[in-house]
Amino acid sequence: MAALDNADHEGVTEIRETVETVQSMAGKYKYGWETEIEMEYAPMGLSEEIVRLISAKNEEPEWMTEWRLAAFRRWQQLEEPDWAMVDYPEIDFQKQYYYARPKSMAEKPKSLDEVDPKLLETYKKLGIPLKEQMILAGVEGAEDAPAEGRKVAVDAVFDSVSVGTTFQKELEQAGVIFCPISEAIRTHPELVKKYLGSVVPQSDNFYATLNSAVFSDGSFVYVPPGVRCPMELSTYFRINAENTGQFERTLIIADKGAYVSYLEGCTAPKRDTAQLHAAVVEIVVLDDAEVKYSTVQNWYPGDEHGKGGIYNFVTKRADCRGARSKVMWTQVETGSAVTWKYPSCILRGDDSQGEFYSIAITNNWQQADTGTKMVHLGKNTRSRIVSKGISAGHAQNTYRGLVSMHPKAKNSRNYTQCDSLLIGDKCGAHTVPYIEVRNNSSRVEHEATTSKVDDDQLFYCRARGIDEEAAVALVVNGFCKEVLQALPMEFAMEAQSLVAISLEGSVG
Amino acid sequence: MGLPQAKLTATEARLAALAMPEAPGWTRLGRLGARARLEAMGLPGRRDEYWRFTNPADLVTPAPVPAAVFEPSENPVFHAMDRLRLVFVDGVFDAAASDDPALAGVEITRLAEAQALDIHWAAELYGTLEARGQEPVERPMAALNTAFATDGVLIRATGRAEKPVNLIYLHKSDTSDAILHHVIRIEPGADLTVLENGPAAARFNKVMEVDIADGGAFHHVRVQGRDHERRAVTHVFARLGQESTFKSFTMTANGALTRNECVIELTGDEGVAHVAGACLGDGSDFHHDDTIFITHDAERCESRQVFKKVLKNGATGVFQGKILVQPGAQKTDGYQISQSLLLDEDSQFLAKPELEIYADDVACSHGSTSGAIDERALFYLRSRGVPRAEAVDLMVLSFIAEAVEEIESDVIRDEIVERLAQWLARHRR
Repeated sequence: MAALDNADHEGVTEIRETVETVQSMAGKYKYGWETEIEMEYAPMGLSEEIVRLISAKNEEPEWMTEWRLAAFRRWQQLEEPDWAMVDYPEIDFQKQYYYARPKSMAEKPKSLDEVDPKLLETYKKLGIPLKEQMILAGVEGAEDAPAEGRKVAVDAVFDSVSVGTTFQKELEQAGVIFCPISEAIRTHPELVKKYLGSVVPQSDNFYATLNSAVFSDGSFVYVPPGVRCPMELSTYFRINAENTGQFERTLIIADKGAYVSYLEGCTAPKRDTAQLHAAVVEIVVLDDAEVKYSTVQNWYPGDEHGKGGIYNFVTKRADCRGARSKVMWTQVETGSAVTWKYPSCILRGDDSQGEFYSIAITNNWQQADTGTKMVHLGKNTRSRIVSKGISAGHAQNTYRGLVSMHPKAKNSRNYTQCDSLLIGDKCGAHTVPYIEVRNNSSRVEHEATTSKVDDDQLFYCRARGIDEEAAVALVVNGFCKEVLQALPMEFAMEAQSLVAISLEGSVG
Repeated sequence: MGLPQAKLTATEARLAALAMPEAPGWTRLGRLGARARLEAMGLPGRRDEYWRFTNPADLVTPAPVPAAVFEPSENPVFHAMDRLRLVFVDGVFDAAASDDPALAGVEITRLAEAQALDIHWAAELYGTLEARGQEPVERPMAALNTAFATDGVLIRATGRAEKPVNLIYLHKSDTSDAILHHVIRIEPGADLTVLENGPAAARFNKVMEVDIADGGAFHHVRVQGRDHERRAVTHVFARLGQESTFKSFTMTANGALTRNECVIELTGDEGVAHVAGACLGDGSDFHHDDTIFITHDAERCESRQVFKKVLKNGATGVFQGKILVQPGAQKTDGYQISQSLLLDEDSQFLAKPELEIYADDVACSHGSTSGAIDERALFYLRSRGVPRAEAVDLMVLSFIAEAVEEIESDVIRDEIVERLAQWLARHRR
């Protein structure tokens, strides 16, 4: 333990060590391996033919094909947005594959023997519990086996296709529909037709429109009136194929009085070339319903020189259509070379509530431009935003958000807190909030701070006998705590360790 | 890259209605440069991000929207103070109405006269700070001003000015369209206070470039509006040297449209820049916009932005504030607060308080709030016998106080508080 009069100097050393640890973590992306598996691809490039081909591969009805084509035509008119504080080489949309699936998935496997062992191995390596893994790989009948501990139903998406969904039978008994969206388009066309594109219209923005044209799979959730979903639902996205974009689409509908908690995880192999990921998530929440949506985004962030990584351009939006409906977005963003993501809430129903909790960690050359939109339309609507950005290395981390109180959103309330922590003098932290208040009975409060790891706090901890490394860990953990606490149990542990990996290094 | 057609057309139409002075003298290069900048960026339009909350249409038309001349019954602000008066009537300097510009420690010349000379100390500054302020955000209305300004003052402070310089802008013609450009240079260790007041013209475009050398101090207090229909766009561009001080306070009381931009660069260590504003708006034709951009490019500097808006009967208040901390600007202390008090259901507050930070050892924060008057506090005051209207005024004044306290001079501060109270008394409905 250093002498007290040395504290200041030690504090500086301490931070430097943390920075060094962070820098050294660059090569330690845990999920950077690749599954060698025979794939089938659609031809490279994007055209109406490719859109039709994706639609045909998914055996979609005519209306769906037309819907996609309308989006594609619209997309051709749009320009890529450039307002975000991210900088990346121009993307050649014709040099991408828009559809890739393991050959073994051409027909759904009926038993363990039929499942491609490489897929099994992939999910095992990603740390999905064995029981679920068996089911994930498409084994029929495994649902009847008792699961250990709390149940989490998983939909596993591998490149362009869903390879399996667990606990479907048990969920069905509760009336919950949880399946790949490609399947839902065939089996529940009335629901898909009614809600798809109703929150994020086909023409919403450049990436969402692209997604509308070429999305290949994703998850579909419908929770009927009054049902509390008996387990957490989750989708695990894995990009594996090279030069292939992943375009998944998720649609969640919580009918009146329903409740569901949904988790999303994602990883990708290490590659030198950047890969595109443009997802759309739509959530519809009716009267008295509640949806919790949690993400741990851990796409490959690129190496320490900024080479490779995923470009993550995501449109996520929840429509609180019903009175007293509630949505909670929680995100831990640690991966991706470039993140462009604004999970939003349209608070349409009276007394509806939206919450957004976010930790965004950028290191090396990562760039994140992320935040939320809270659009208050109904009376007595409430929203809360807590955003924690941590920037290290040469990274740029931007919070961008909108809080809008419409004239009719009487007696509404918003509280926003955005804090940024900088580690090192080469990185940047930015805050770009838009606040639009168009009535006076609503209250809007916005606070933002930017600082480095506080020497005084470190000193305080160390004066009480906490060693240097643990002190930094404590300060950083404290900084993120409000968001970590908002995560469901299943993810909290993972997120905590991710934060540790990203920033605390050997601490703890 | 060409301009969009609509922008090009608007810019060409406006340019056709403007002319550079016949003998621009040493301002010629500055004016030509600004004109080229303006043509390259075009005049602002509704779709520009930087004009997201304020429609610039009335500021860019070839001819101004007429504004009735308004003669307030009370004495003009600062009238009781000992100050050097420089009067402009509809944007033209009025020597007869002004004081003798001789002032110890200060050198004052009129732009329209000085530019007839071949050389001038202001030559290296005219349009220079404005041009620097065009990055990273375009400010075409300021470029237009530099290119086509018809008058203004050039003030150089070499010591401690013995009294403030008061720029008084009178409005006599319903259709006047004034473009004034002032250049102020504070030499090392010098100290100057500039006061501004008056409605100026039906449409007013004003730029003030302030260059503060090491150890210099510049204080600026401005009162604008006063129940006037005029439309105004103003820019202050300030560059601060080491250990220098810049403090600016603006009170805006009505005026149909006001866009005040303040662009400050802290280029020397330990500079201090404070910008504050109090805005009172009554009526749906009131639109007020404070747009601030502060760049920290040196160590241990301090910046504060304090803006308070009181809005009623459908008034709109806008705040766009930014703190940019450049790499290496360590130990920066940046603070920004923007708050609005909405006194009725129809008024609105639109804000974009931004931080952009590239240095790690900094303490930057911003806060923004909006809401109605606290009914419980009102109830408390009324239960102690204060009539409702007075209680509201009391609460409004206390809400604004943080901004007003940014004024250093007690005399000026007291006068501003009195003017605020008078306005509130006149606008109790």
